[in-house]
Amino acid sequence: MSNATVVVVTSGKGGVGKTTTTAAIASALAKEGYQVCAIDFDVGLRNLDLIMGAERRVVFDLVNVVRGEASIKQALVRDKKLNNLYLLPASQTRDKDALTEEGVEAVITELRGYFDYVICDSPAGIERGATLAMRHADEAIIVSNPEVSSVRDCDRIIGLLDAKTKIAEDGGRMPKHLMITRYDTDRAKTGDMLATDDVVDILSVPLIGVVPESKDVLKASNVGLPVTLSDENSPPAKAYMEATRRLLGENIPVTIPEEKKSLFGKLFKGRAA
Amino acid sequence: MNILSLFGKRGESASVAKNRLQILLAHERADDGSDAVLISSLREDILAVVAKRVEIDPDSVRLEMDRSGDVTTLGIDIELPAAKAS
Repeated sequence: MSNATVVVVTSGKGGVGKTTTTAAIASALAKEGYQVCAIDFDVGLRNLDLIMGAERRVVFDLVNVVRGEASIKQALVRDKKLNNLYLLPASQTRDKDALTEEGVEAVITELRGYFDYVICDSPAGIERGATLAMRHADEAIIVSNPEVSSVRDCDRIIGLLDAKTKIAEDGGRMPKHLMITRYDTDRAKTGDMLATDDVVDILSVPLIGVVPESKDVLKASNVGLPVTLSDENSPPAKAYMEATRRLLGENIPVTIPEEKKSLFGKLFKGRAA
Repeated sequence: MNILSLFGKRGESASVAKNRLQILLAHERADDGSDAVLISSLREDILAVVAKRVEIDPDSVRLEMDRSGDVTTLGIDIELPAAKAS
Protein backbone atom coordinates (compact mmCIF):
# COMPACT_ATOMS: atom_id res chain seq x y z
CA MET A 1 0.00 0.00 0.00
CA SER A 2 1.55 3.28 -1.10
CA ASN A 3 1.06 6.57 0.61
CA ALA A 4 1.29 9.10 -2.13
CA THR A 5 2.78 12.56 -1.94
CA VAL A 6 0.15 14.96 -3.27
CA VAL A 7 1.56 17.89 -5.25
CA VAL A 8 -0.55 20.79 -6.51
CA VAL A 9 0.55 22.74 -9.58
CA THR A 10 -0.94 26.22 -9.28
CA SER A 11 -0.41 29.84 -10.37
CA GLY A 12 -3.48 32.03 -10.08
CA LYS A 13 -3.02 33.40 -13.57
CA GLY A 14 -4.09 31.43 -16.62
CA GLY A 15 -1.90 30.46 -19.54
CA VAL A 16 1.40 30.40 -17.66
CA GLY A 17 2.01 26.67 -18.08
CA LYS A 18 0.30 24.78 -15.25
CA THR A 19 -1.02 22.01 -17.47
CA THR A 20 2.25 21.71 -19.41
CA THR A 21 4.10 21.52 -16.08
CA THR A 22 1.70 18.95 -14.62
CA ALA A 23 2.03 16.68 -17.66
CA ALA A 24 5.81 17.11 -17.84
CA ILE A 25 6.47 16.46 -14.14
CA ALA A 26 3.98 13.59 -13.91
CA SER A 27 5.57 11.78 -16.85
CA ALA A 28 9.09 12.51 -15.63
CA LEU A 29 8.21 10.95 -12.26
CA ALA A 30 6.67 7.96 -14.04
CA LYS A 31 9.83 7.58 -16.12
CA GLU A 32 11.75 7.38 -12.86
CA GLY A 33 9.60 4.37 -12.02
CA TYR A 34 7.07 5.88 -9.63
CA GLN A 35 3.36 5.14 -9.76
CA VAL A 36 1.88 8.48 -10.76
CA CYS A 37 -1.61 9.91 -11.16
CA ALA A 38 -2.29 13.34 -12.67
CA ILE A 39 -5.67 14.91 -11.83
CA ASP A 40 -7.26 17.67 -13.85
CA PHE A 41 -9.23 20.01 -11.55
CA ASP A 42 -10.25 22.40 -14.31
CA VAL A 43 -13.88 21.30 -14.42
CA GLY A 44 -15.66 22.66 -17.48
CA LEU A 45 -12.43 23.49 -19.29
CA ARG A 46 -10.39 20.32 -19.14
CA ASN A 47 -7.19 20.17 -21.15
CA LEU A 48 -4.76 17.90 -19.37
CA ASP A 49 -6.22 14.97 -21.37
CA LEU A 50 -5.35 16.77 -24.60
CA ILE A 51 -1.82 17.66 -23.51
CA MET A 52 -1.21 14.05 -22.43
CA GLY A 53 -2.78 12.68 -25.62
CA ALA A 54 -5.54 10.78 -23.80
CA GLU A 55 -8.53 12.77 -25.05
CA ARG A 56 -9.95 9.97 -27.18
CA ARG A 57 -9.99 7.53 -24.31
CA VAL A 58 -11.79 9.52 -21.63
CA VAL A 59 -15.03 7.90 -20.52
CA PHE A 60 -15.61 8.92 -16.91
CA ASP A 61 -14.27 11.94 -15.08
CA LEU A 62 -13.59 13.44 -11.68
CA VAL A 63 -17.17 14.67 -11.30
CA ASN A 64 -18.54 11.17 -12.04
CA VAL A 65 -16.26 9.82 -9.31
CA VAL A 66 -17.12 12.55 -6.79
CA ARG A 67 -20.81 11.86 -7.37
CA GLY A 68 -20.42 8.12 -7.08
CA GLU A 69 -21.41 7.49 -10.71
CA ALA A 70 -18.13 5.69 -11.44
CA SER A 71 -15.35 4.21 -9.36
CA ILE A 72 -11.90 5.76 -9.41
CA LYS A 73 -10.48 2.71 -11.15
CA GLN A 74 -13.06 3.02 -13.89
CA ALA A 75 -12.28 6.68 -14.42
CA LEU A 76 -8.49 6.46 -14.49
CA VAL A 77 -7.06 6.57 -18.01
CA ARG A 78 -3.74 4.79 -18.41
CA ASP A 79 -1.04 6.51 -20.43
CA LYS A 80 -0.31 5.07 -23.89
CA LYS A 81 3.43 4.89 -23.30
CA LEU A 82 3.98 4.56 -19.57
CA ASN A 83 1.90 1.93 -17.82
CA ASN A 84 2.59 3.44 -14.38
CA LEU A 85 1.14 6.83 -15.37
CA TYR A 86 -2.58 7.56 -15.05
CA LEU A 87 -4.86 10.49 -15.68
CA LEU A 88 -8.04 11.38 -13.81
CA PRO A 89 -9.73 13.79 -16.23
CA ALA A 90 -11.95 16.74 -15.32
CA SER A 91 -15.51 16.90 -16.56
CA GLN A 92 -16.03 18.94 -19.71
CA THR A 93 -19.77 19.30 -19.48
CA ARG A 94 -20.34 20.47 -15.93
CA ASP A 95 -19.13 23.44 -13.92
CA LYS A 96 -16.77 23.83 -11.03
CA ASP A 97 -19.59 23.73 -8.48
CA ALA A 98 -20.06 20.06 -9.32
CA LEU A 99 -17.10 19.31 -7.04
CA THR A 100 -17.70 18.99 -3.32
CA GLU A 101 -15.12 19.23 -0.61
CA GLU A 102 -16.00 15.84 0.88
CA GLY A 103 -16.01 14.25 -2.58
CA VAL A 104 -12.57 15.55 -3.44
CA GLU A 105 -11.20 14.49 -0.06
CA ALA A 106 -12.48 10.95 -0.60
CA VAL A 107 -10.92 10.80 -4.07
CA ILE A 108 -7.51 12.02 -2.84
CA THR A 109 -7.57 9.65 0.13
CA GLU A 110 -8.27 6.68 -2.13
CA LEU A 111 -5.61 7.72 -4.67
CA ARG A 112 -3.02 8.03 -1.91
CA GLY A 113 -3.41 4.30 -1.44
CA TYR A 114 -2.65 3.41 -5.07
CA PHE A 115 0.09 5.84 -6.09
CA ASP A 116 3.47 7.26 -5.10
CA TYR A 117 2.70 10.70 -6.52
CA VAL A 118 -0.60 12.45 -7.18
CA ILE A 119 -0.16 15.65 -9.21
CA CYS A 120 -3.12 18.06 -9.12
CA ASP A 121 -3.45 20.45 -12.05
CA SER A 122 -5.21 23.52 -10.67
CA PRO A 123 -7.51 25.70 -12.74
CA ALA A 124 -6.65 29.40 -13.04
CA GLY A 125 -8.27 31.78 -10.61
CA ILE A 126 -8.75 31.61 -6.87
CA GLU A 127 -12.20 30.11 -6.77
CA ARG A 128 -13.55 26.74 -5.77
CA GLY A 129 -11.69 24.64 -8.34
CA ALA A 130 -8.35 26.19 -7.40
CA THR A 131 -8.88 25.95 -3.66
CA LEU A 132 -10.07 22.34 -3.94
CA ALA A 133 -7.01 21.43 -6.04
CA MET A 134 -4.64 22.71 -3.34
CA ARG A 135 -6.73 21.65 -0.33
CA HIS A 136 -5.10 18.25 0.32
CA ALA A 137 -1.66 18.90 -1.14
CA ASP A 138 1.51 18.00 0.71
CA GLU A 139 3.62 20.24 -1.53
CA ALA A 140 2.99 22.99 -4.06
CA ILE A 141 4.64 23.89 -7.34
CA ILE A 142 3.94 27.53 -8.14
CA VAL A 143 4.23 28.32 -11.83
CA SER A 144 5.12 31.85 -12.86
CA ASN A 145 6.19 33.63 -16.02
CA PRO A 146 8.83 36.33 -15.56
CA GLU A 147 6.15 38.96 -15.96
CA VAL A 148 4.50 41.33 -13.45
CA SER A 149 0.90 40.15 -13.47
CA SER A 150 1.89 36.50 -13.22
CA VAL A 151 4.18 37.19 -10.25
CA ARG A 152 1.51 39.20 -8.48
CA ASP A 153 -1.06 36.41 -8.92
CA CYS A 154 1.45 33.88 -7.57
CA ASP A 155 1.81 35.99 -4.47
CA ARG A 156 -1.95 35.80 -3.97
CA ILE A 157 -1.88 32.03 -4.44
CA ILE A 158 0.93 31.71 -1.89
CA GLY A 159 -1.35 33.49 0.57
CA LEU A 160 -4.08 30.92 -0.09
CA LEU A 161 -1.64 28.00 0.22
CA ASP A 162 -0.75 29.32 3.68
CA ALA A 163 -4.36 29.81 4.74
CA LYS A 164 -6.87 27.59 2.98
CA THR A 165 -5.11 24.24 2.82
CA LYS A 166 -5.43 21.30 5.19
CA ILE A 167 -1.75 21.57 6.12
CA ALA A 168 -2.13 25.29 6.99
CA GLU A 169 -5.26 24.69 9.02
CA ASP A 170 -3.46 22.01 10.99
CA GLY A 171 -0.79 24.56 11.88
CA GLY A 172 1.78 23.32 9.35
CA ARG A 173 3.46 25.12 6.51
CA MET A 174 3.04 24.05 2.91
CA PRO A 175 6.42 23.32 1.25
CA LYS A 176 6.53 25.38 -1.95
CA HIS A 177 8.61 25.29 -5.10
CA LEU A 178 8.83 27.98 -7.74
CA MET A 179 8.83 27.00 -11.40
CA ILE A 180 9.57 29.82 -13.81
CA THR A 181 8.36 29.11 -17.32
CA ARG A 182 8.67 30.84 -20.70
CA TYR A 183 12.01 32.29 -19.66
CA ASP A 184 14.07 34.11 -22.24
CA THR A 185 17.72 34.33 -21.17
CA ASP A 186 18.63 36.97 -23.73
CA ARG A 187 15.82 39.33 -22.77
CA ALA A 188 16.54 38.86 -19.06
CA LYS A 189 20.21 39.70 -19.70
CA THR A 190 19.36 42.89 -21.52
CA GLY A 191 16.98 43.84 -18.75
CA ASP A 192 13.84 43.53 -20.82
CA MET A 193 12.48 40.73 -18.69
CA LEU A 194 12.43 39.96 -14.97
CA ALA A 195 15.37 37.69 -14.14
CA THR A 196 14.91 34.49 -12.11
CA ASP A 197 16.56 36.11 -9.08
CA ASP A 198 14.08 38.99 -9.21
CA VAL A 199 11.12 36.60 -9.13
CA VAL A 200 12.65 34.49 -6.36
CA ASP A 201 13.36 37.66 -4.34
CA ILE A 202 9.83 38.95 -4.65
CA LEU A 203 8.06 35.68 -3.90
CA SER A 204 10.60 34.23 -1.42
CA VAL A 205 9.96 30.72 -2.68
CA PRO A 206 12.91 28.44 -3.56
CA LEU A 207 13.40 27.79 -7.24
CA ILE A 208 12.77 24.26 -8.50
CA GLY A 209 13.32 24.93 -12.19
CA VAL A 210 13.51 27.42 -15.02
CA VAL A 211 11.90 26.39 -18.29
CA PRO A 212 13.04 28.40 -21.30
CA GLU A 213 10.58 29.76 -23.84
CA SER A 214 10.65 27.09 -26.51
CA LYS A 215 8.89 26.00 -29.64
CA ASP A 216 9.18 22.43 -28.38
CA VAL A 217 6.38 23.01 -25.86
CA LEU A 218 3.89 23.87 -28.59
CA LYS A 219 5.12 21.02 -30.76
CA ALA A 220 4.67 18.52 -27.94
CA SER A 221 1.14 19.76 -27.27
CA ASN A 222 0.30 19.47 -30.98
CA VAL A 223 0.95 15.74 -30.93
CA GLY A 224 -0.36 15.13 -27.42
CA LEU A 225 2.83 14.18 -25.64
CA PRO A 226 4.12 15.68 -22.39
CA VAL A 227 7.23 17.65 -23.32
CA THR A 228 9.39 15.32 -21.21
CA LEU A 229 8.31 12.40 -23.42
CA SER A 230 8.22 14.05 -26.84
CA ASP A 231 11.88 15.06 -27.06
CA GLU A 232 14.03 14.25 -24.04
CA ASN A 233 16.89 16.40 -25.29
CA SER A 234 14.89 19.55 -25.85
CA PRO A 235 15.67 22.41 -23.44
CA PRO A 236 12.21 22.40 -21.76
CA ALA A 237 12.36 18.60 -21.29
CA LYS A 238 15.78 18.90 -19.66
CA ALA A 239 14.52 21.69 -17.40
CA TYR A 240 11.52 19.61 -16.31
CA MET A 241 13.63 16.47 -15.76
CA GLU A 242 15.97 18.52 -13.56
CA ALA A 243 13.07 20.01 -11.63
CA THR A 244 11.68 16.53 -11.08
CA ARG A 245 14.95 15.37 -9.56
CA ARG A 246 14.81 18.34 -7.21
CA LEU A 247 11.24 17.48 -6.30
CA LEU A 248 12.52 14.01 -5.43
CA GLY A 249 14.95 15.63 -3.02
CA GLU A 250 18.17 15.75 -5.02
CA ASN A 251 20.28 18.78 -4.34
CA ILE A 252 21.41 19.94 -7.77
CA PRO A 253 22.02 23.50 -8.94
CA VAL A 254 19.35 25.08 -11.14
CA THR A 255 20.49 25.50 -14.72
CA ILE A 256 18.68 27.09 -17.62
CA PRO A 257 18.93 24.73 -20.59
CA GLU A 258 19.23 26.67 -23.82
CA GLU A 259 18.24 26.19 -27.41
CA LYS A 260 21.20 25.41 -29.60
CA LYS A 261 21.60 28.42 -31.83
CA SER A 262 22.68 28.04 -35.40
CA LEU A 263 25.61 30.08 -36.65
CA PHE A 264 23.10 32.16 -38.56
CA GLY A 265 21.11 32.76 -35.36
CA LYS A 266 24.26 33.77 -33.52
CA LEU A 267 25.32 36.21 -36.20
CA PHE A 268 21.99 37.91 -36.20
CA LYS A 269 21.40 37.75 -32.46
CA GLY A 270 19.99 40.98 -31.18
CA ARG A 271 19.16 42.32 -34.61
CA ALA A 272 15.69 40.95 -34.77
CA ALA A 273 12.83 42.37 -32.67
CA MET B 1 3.33 14.12 -49.91
CA ASN B 2 3.29 17.81 -50.45
CA ILE B 3 6.04 20.04 -51.69
CA LEU B 4 6.68 21.58 -48.28
CA SER B 5 7.87 18.25 -46.96
CA LEU B 6 10.89 18.57 -49.24
CA PHE B 7 12.01 21.43 -47.06
CA GLY B 8 12.25 19.66 -43.72
CA LYS B 9 9.31 18.86 -41.47
CA ARG B 10 7.46 22.09 -41.78
CA GLY B 11 4.00 22.09 -40.24
CA GLU B 12 4.00 18.40 -39.46
CA SER B 13 2.96 18.65 -35.84
CA ALA B 14 0.47 21.41 -36.62
CA SER B 15 -1.46 19.10 -38.93
CA VAL B 16 -1.49 16.40 -36.25
CA ALA B 17 -2.88 19.02 -33.87
CA LYS B 18 -5.61 20.04 -36.30
CA ASN B 19 -6.63 16.46 -36.89
CA ARG B 20 -6.77 15.69 -33.16
CA LEU B 21 -8.87 18.76 -32.47
CA GLN B 22 -11.32 17.98 -35.27
CA ILE B 23 -11.93 14.48 -33.93
CA LEU B 24 -12.19 15.66 -30.34
CA LEU B 25 -14.52 18.58 -31.02
CA ALA B 26 -16.79 16.51 -33.24
CA HIS B 27 -17.28 14.15 -30.30
CA GLU B 28 -17.60 16.89 -27.70
CA ARG B 29 -20.21 18.81 -29.67
CA ALA B 30 -22.26 15.66 -30.04
CA ASP B 31 -21.65 14.37 -26.53
CA ASP B 32 -24.77 14.08 -24.43
CA GLY B 33 -23.27 11.77 -21.82
CA SER B 34 -24.56 8.69 -23.62
CA ASP B 35 -21.04 7.26 -23.97
CA ALA B 36 -20.65 7.00 -20.22
CA VAL B 37 -24.09 5.46 -19.80
CA LEU B 38 -23.39 2.94 -22.57
CA ILE B 39 -20.04 1.98 -21.07
CA SER B 40 -21.63 1.53 -17.67
CA SER B 41 -24.33 -0.79 -18.99
CA LEU B 42 -21.87 -2.75 -21.16
CA ARG B 43 -19.60 -3.17 -18.17
CA GLU B 44 -22.41 -4.61 -16.06
CA ASP B 45 -23.56 -6.96 -18.82
CA ILE B 46 -20.07 -8.21 -19.54
CA LEU B 47 -19.35 -8.69 -15.86
CA ALA B 48 -22.49 -10.77 -15.48
CA VAL B 49 -21.52 -13.03 -18.39
CA VAL B 50 -17.96 -13.56 -17.20
CA ALA B 51 -19.08 -14.06 -13.61
CA LYS B 52 -21.03 -17.13 -14.75
CA ARG B 53 -17.73 -18.93 -15.42
CA VAL B 54 -15.15 -17.34 -13.16
CA GLU B 55 -15.12 -15.45 -9.95
CA ILE B 56 -13.94 -11.93 -10.66
CA ASP B 57 -13.28 -8.85 -8.66
CA PRO B 58 -15.41 -6.07 -10.21
CA ASP B 59 -12.53 -3.68 -9.53
CA SER B 60 -10.14 -5.66 -11.71
CA VAL B 61 -12.19 -5.12 -14.84
CA ARG B 62 -11.10 -2.24 -17.06
CA LEU B 63 -13.06 -0.90 -19.98
CA GLU B 64 -11.31 1.40 -22.36
CA MET B 65 -12.86 3.34 -25.14
CA ASP B 66 -10.91 4.75 -28.06
CA ARG B 67 -12.52 7.13 -30.49
CA SER B 68 -10.58 7.74 -33.64
CA GLY B 69 -12.22 9.27 -36.66
CA ASP B 70 -15.42 7.43 -37.43
CA VAL B 71 -14.57 4.39 -35.39
CA THR B 72 -14.99 3.85 -31.68
CA THR B 73 -13.42 0.77 -30.18
CA LEU B 74 -14.07 -0.77 -26.82
CA GLY B 75 -11.34 -2.67 -25.01
CA ILE B 76 -12.10 -4.96 -22.09
CA ASP B 77 -9.39 -5.99 -19.72
CA ILE B 78 -10.36 -8.61 -17.16
CA GLU B 79 -7.90 -9.88 -14.62
CA LEU B 80 -8.66 -13.55 -14.05
CA PRO B 81 -8.00 -14.97 -10.59
CA ALA B 82 -4.75 -16.93 -10.21
CA ALA B 83 -6.59 -20.10 -9.16
CA LYS B 84 -7.94 -22.43 -11.84
CA ALA B 85 -11.28 -21.41 -13.23
CA SER B 86 -14.12 -23.86 -12.70
